[in-house]
Amino acid sequence: MSAKLEQLSQNLQKHLGERIVGLQTALGEISIDVDAAVYQDVMLSLRDEPELRFEQLIDLCGVDYSAYADAHWQGKRFAVVLHLASIAHNWRLRVRCFAPDDDFPVAPSVVSVWNSANWFEREAFDLFGIVFQGHTDLRRLLTDYGFIGHPFRKDFPVSGYVEMRYDPEQKRIVYQPVSIEPREITPRVIREENYGNVENNG
Amino acid sequence: MADIQNYNINFGPQHPSAHGVLRMVLELDGEVVQRADPHIGFLHRATEKLVETKTWIQSLPYMDRLDYMSMMCSEHAYCLAIERMLNIDVPIRAQYIRVLFDEVTRILNHLMFIGSHGLDVGAMSMMLYGCREREDLMDCYEAVSGTRWHAAYYRPGGVYRDLPDSMPRYKESRWKNGARLKQLNEARSGTFLDFLQDFVNRFPKILDDYETLLTDNRIWKQRLVNVGVVSPERALQLGFTGAMLRGSGFAWDLRKKQPYEVYDRLDFDIPVGVTGDCYDRYLVRVNEMRQSNRILQQCIDWLRANEGPVITDNHKVALPPRAGMKSNMEDLIHHFKLCSEGIHVPEGQVYSAVEHPKGEFGVYIISDGANKPYRLKIRSPSYVHLSAMDELARGHMIADVVALMGTIDIVFGEVDR
Repeated sequence: MSAKLEQLSQNLQKHLGERIVGLQTALGEISIDVDAAVYQDVMLSLRDEPELRFEQLIDLCGVDYSAYADAHWQGKRFAVVLHLASIAHNWRLRVRCFAPDDDFPVAPSVVSVWNSANWFEREAFDLFGIVFQGHTDLRRLLTDYGFIGHPFRKDFPVSGYVEMRYDPEQKRIVYQPVSIEPREITPRVIREENYGNVENNG
Repeated sequence: MADIQNYNINFGPQHPSAHGVLRMVLELDGEVVQRADPHIGFLHRATEKLVETKTWIQSLPYMDRLDYMSMMCSEHAYCLAIERMLNIDVPIRAQYIRVLFDEVTRILNHLMFIGSHGLDVGAMSMMLYGCREREDLMDCYEAVSGTRWHAAYYRPGGVYRDLPDSMPRYKESRWKNGARLKQLNEARSGTFLDFLQDFVNRFPKILDDYETLLTDNRIWKQRLVNVGVVSPERALQLGFTGAMLRGSGFAWDLRKKQPYEVYDRLDFDIPVGVTGDCYDRYLVRVNEMRQSNRILQQCIDWLRANEGPVITDNHKVALPPRAGMKSNMEDLIHHFKLCSEGIHVPEGQVYSAVEHPKGEFGVYIISDGANKPYRLKIRSPSYVHLSAMDELARGHMIADVVALMGTIDIVFGEVDR
């Protein structure tokens, strides 16, 4: 671990302490997990604490873990993952927060902390159905007007449920149930650890 | 007095300066914008979902189709992410080639930027000049990858193949013959690097010409100066990156601050704006092209002097050479496994970002150890910049909205993904 990451990790421990549920360092990046209850609080500390100073929210996205490792995932289903960057200190951080309820995932909104979260949260709501509490304008963003469902959830088929075509009799576009069969050309496989042994090259 | 209500209009989705398929609902008080509500998603192809159903290598060409004005930079972020997860080294020559093409792409993108930005605010000729220069650079794309746009040239572990020794030439025809044909083919008589060198020699003069057309142009300045001013604090709050952030006065460039590939060995400067208006962002981008030209020159010199492999010899990741595959059993097996099942990326997560011409382009990958990504999130710069449209446009005239669209430099392939 480089000196810079070491420093960041120490500062995180110092200022967040108990509020960090898990801290991992891998591939030159630090990821922390926080509970939904203290999430907003932690975000404010991350932004305002001079020794952390994450001025920018670079990315926020939803993740659906339900099919992880061939559906052997034990924890909660939905998570919100944030990527923060500090221009003053030139370091980055990943924060993950699991939504407590799998059937109705709710997470606090961070729009008031970083305004750039606005569209990211709308997108996560649209695609994963994660509701952001405190977001003032939580509308769908990317999907069609009147779309039903949350397409990036793992139980949503890639081909969707409806297709549209022009109906010459009604002289307008109509929706109908999708007519193509879903197919998978290359199957998804998870091999045992070190399969193929990439690092030893042969 | 009559009761005057605010007026709503639709800007797009079929508007020539909407840069694609943006529908923006503008609430107007007279000609002044009170609220701008961009509706996006008309080009949403669910790239992130499709990628989950394809192997790692099959997903690579999707990256070209995100920002179709700067194709190879998006591939770059994706390849870097996979390489970091696999922990493999990229040969040094491949790193130089990648940097070379990142900068070619940056110039391509910025030429399109001044072309379309000029077109939007009334300087029509810029589009024509910009496309004239883009032609040479797209020939470079074509020479290495076979296509002018969607190259799929970067691969995990290096690049698809080495730079070619010759450039395709114009053939004699009714329209191109004699002295004209000779002049057209002059730069193409040598290697790829000779052709690019010719461009690099000409380009500073071309940029000077552009600047005489625009930089002190009275109309250009009237349309851009003090339009869309973003203060440094707001730029951070709104998540701006790239030229949008530098226009507001931050010398923040990932190529310098968090260098990847060989950027730490190259000599270049970061242009920075002062007021954070559209005009400053224009100046930043023009100067970035000059810096890119400097980087190109350094890459060409290095590549001329140094030979070497351009893709890793780890055949669990990259395909073995074609000839070996036909005579060597092991290579054949590698080829079969790679083409039927693909790479297996170890379990974990990674976020890798590059300095894309439009800002920070990042790829966040979660892998569960399969031959396909579990989740892939694309952090595209113009998506974030467009989300600030409401704040930028408030209080400006409706004609300024077009200038703002130009300065954000959006491409809908990556906004909608």
